[in-house]
Amino acid sequence: MAAIATGKKRVNRSLSGSLSLFALLLVFGAFMVLPLIYAINNAFKPLDEIFTFPPTLFVKNPTFSNFSDLLNLLSDSWVPFSRYIFNTVFITGIGIVGHVLLASAAAYPLAKHKFPGKVFMFQVVVLSLMFTPAVTAIPNYMIMSWLGWIDTYWAVIIPAFAYSLGLYLMKQFMEQIPDALLEAAKIDGASEYRIFWSIVMPNVKPAWLTLIILLFQMLWGSDGNGYIYSEQLKTLHYAAGQIIQGGISRAGAGAAVALILMSVPITLFIFSQSRIIETMASSGMKD
Amino acid sequence: MGMKSWWSWKLQEMKASKHSYVLLAPYMLLFLMFTVIPVVISIILSFTYFNMLEFPRFIGWQNYTRLFLEDDVFLIAIKNTLLFAIITGPISYIACFVFAWIINELTPKWRAFMTLIFYAPSISGNVYFIWLMIFSGDRYGIANGLLIKWGFLLEPIQWLKTEAYIMPILILVQLWLSLGTGFLAFIAGLQTVDRTLYEAGAVDGIKNRWQELWYITLPSMRPQLMFGAVIQLTTSFAVADVSIALAGFPSVNYAAETVVTHLIDFGTTRFEMGYASAIATVLFMIMVGTNLLVQKLLRRVGE
Repeated sequence: MAAIATGKKRVNRSLSGSLSLFALLLVFGAFMVLPLIYAINNAFKPLDEIFTFPPTLFVKNPTFSNFSDLLNLLSDSWVPFSRYIFNTVFITGIGIVGHVLLASAAAYPLAKHKFPGKVFMFQVVVLSLMFTPAVTAIPNYMIMSWLGWIDTYWAVIIPAFAYSLGLYLMKQFMEQIPDALLEAAKIDGASEYRIFWSIVMPNVKPAWLTLIILLFQMLWGSDGNGYIYSEQLKTLHYAAGQIIQGGISRAGAGAAVALILMSVPITLFIFSQSRIIETMASSGMKD
Repeated sequence: MGMKSWWSWKLQEMKASKHSYVLLAPYMLLFLMFTVIPVVISIILSFTYFNMLEFPRFIGWQNYTRLFLEDDVFLIAIKNTLLFAIITGPISYIACFVFAWIINELTPKWRAFMTLIFYAPSISGNVYFIWLMIFSGDRYGIANGLLIKWGFLLEPIQWLKTEAYIMPILILVQLWLSLGTGFLAFIAGLQTVDRTLYEAGAVDGIKNRWQELWYITLPSMRPQLMFGAVIQLTTSFAVADVSIALAGFPSVNYAAETVVTHLIDFGTTRFEMGYASAIATVLFMIMVGTNLLVQKLLRRVGE
């Protein structure tokens, strides 16, 4: 009996079973990671190595020339590269801040208060997790044009404020806050807004991180497609697409831009991984 | 008494909850404006002829009959979308779970590392255009290059311009991309399963990891399983970006047409908004319907 208790999860394990499962993990892990390794290596390949036969996965004579090519290419275009970076950072930054604030404010009453319409409202949000935004693209365009937001950043930013996945996760996470904590604050005379701002918000900091990553992923990759037409408002992702469409002469620069695009979200995830998983674990998702 | 007092009581309750509504208002207003109202508008527009210039004209079920009876490309789109959903939906769902489950047995450092490897493709900011280089039509593409080098091919194949290869490649790329939020939710969910249940299970005669999985792990994770199912299903029905990026728009002989690319075609290229709205409404119904069905099935796991 003692062996079982101290052996934690290691009971009921056969060695051959473990080995075959880990082999499975390795094979599919390779499938996931090889294209990324290829992309990373390509960014440092001189042009003759990109077009070598047979193609190689790893770079032999690494060079930064693709990155300098990219800079030259972009300095020739009439919208400076820094402008694309600014646009993407602006859209991503404002979108994230707005979403975290609005979704948290909405999640608090949904998680902790009782009021008429609560269950219905939450169910509608959950329902919206079940379909893709493509379904509402046309009316959304019409609404944007009524609001005069076509060809502005806002057409991309404001709808992101009301992204439903973030509200869902935040609400589940807030349910874990002990009621006693909120009661105590109420007895001390704090208003609901004060409770939200000084007690609930600091307590859900780990959940912010999850929302930040989710939204970062979404906004960082957005190209403003369909809403933004002015060249000087377009995003990094759009510019990257243009370069990659450029064909053979731009293959090197394209590889460099691909590396830049993917390294930012991956780095961000590496630094926040454990907190994100913790948040999702403690958010106790319920039916 | 009766109705009237019920209403006055509700009203009183609503007044008392003033602060809750104030906190909810900004989010709900935007949610209403960019999600709820658009769904309603879309359903209404689907019964009209609307070209963005004239006022919409009511035409009844005409868009729908045209969609299902006269539009051959839509039938291809439906076929492709269902193929995506049937193949990538379940496979990616099971893959999300299986890999999360194996990763969960590793030491914390390896767990973090493997999580990163499996999650990286979906988080890396739409870099699926890497696959354009892999399946490039000349012999410098990795796929062609290796197959020629190993002697399987004599000359390069135009992978993304050959009807027969387009769908399998898109499915492969879609699977590569699909270990996203659902995967993370499973990783997280596995960490919350009560350890003492396994010990109790061992005492009660659970013999191997498979029994442990079915009788303890899966039932404990039902909420995450539901959440993951919704996420994976919704993405597998919504394939469009990958199709457009890899196979072009329109793709060769519409081989990569999906319901969403068909919607984009009519909505943004042809400006047949009523017709496009009918496509959107059909997609909406399919997505929500399947999700509810799958949730119903999942309630039975481990019973």
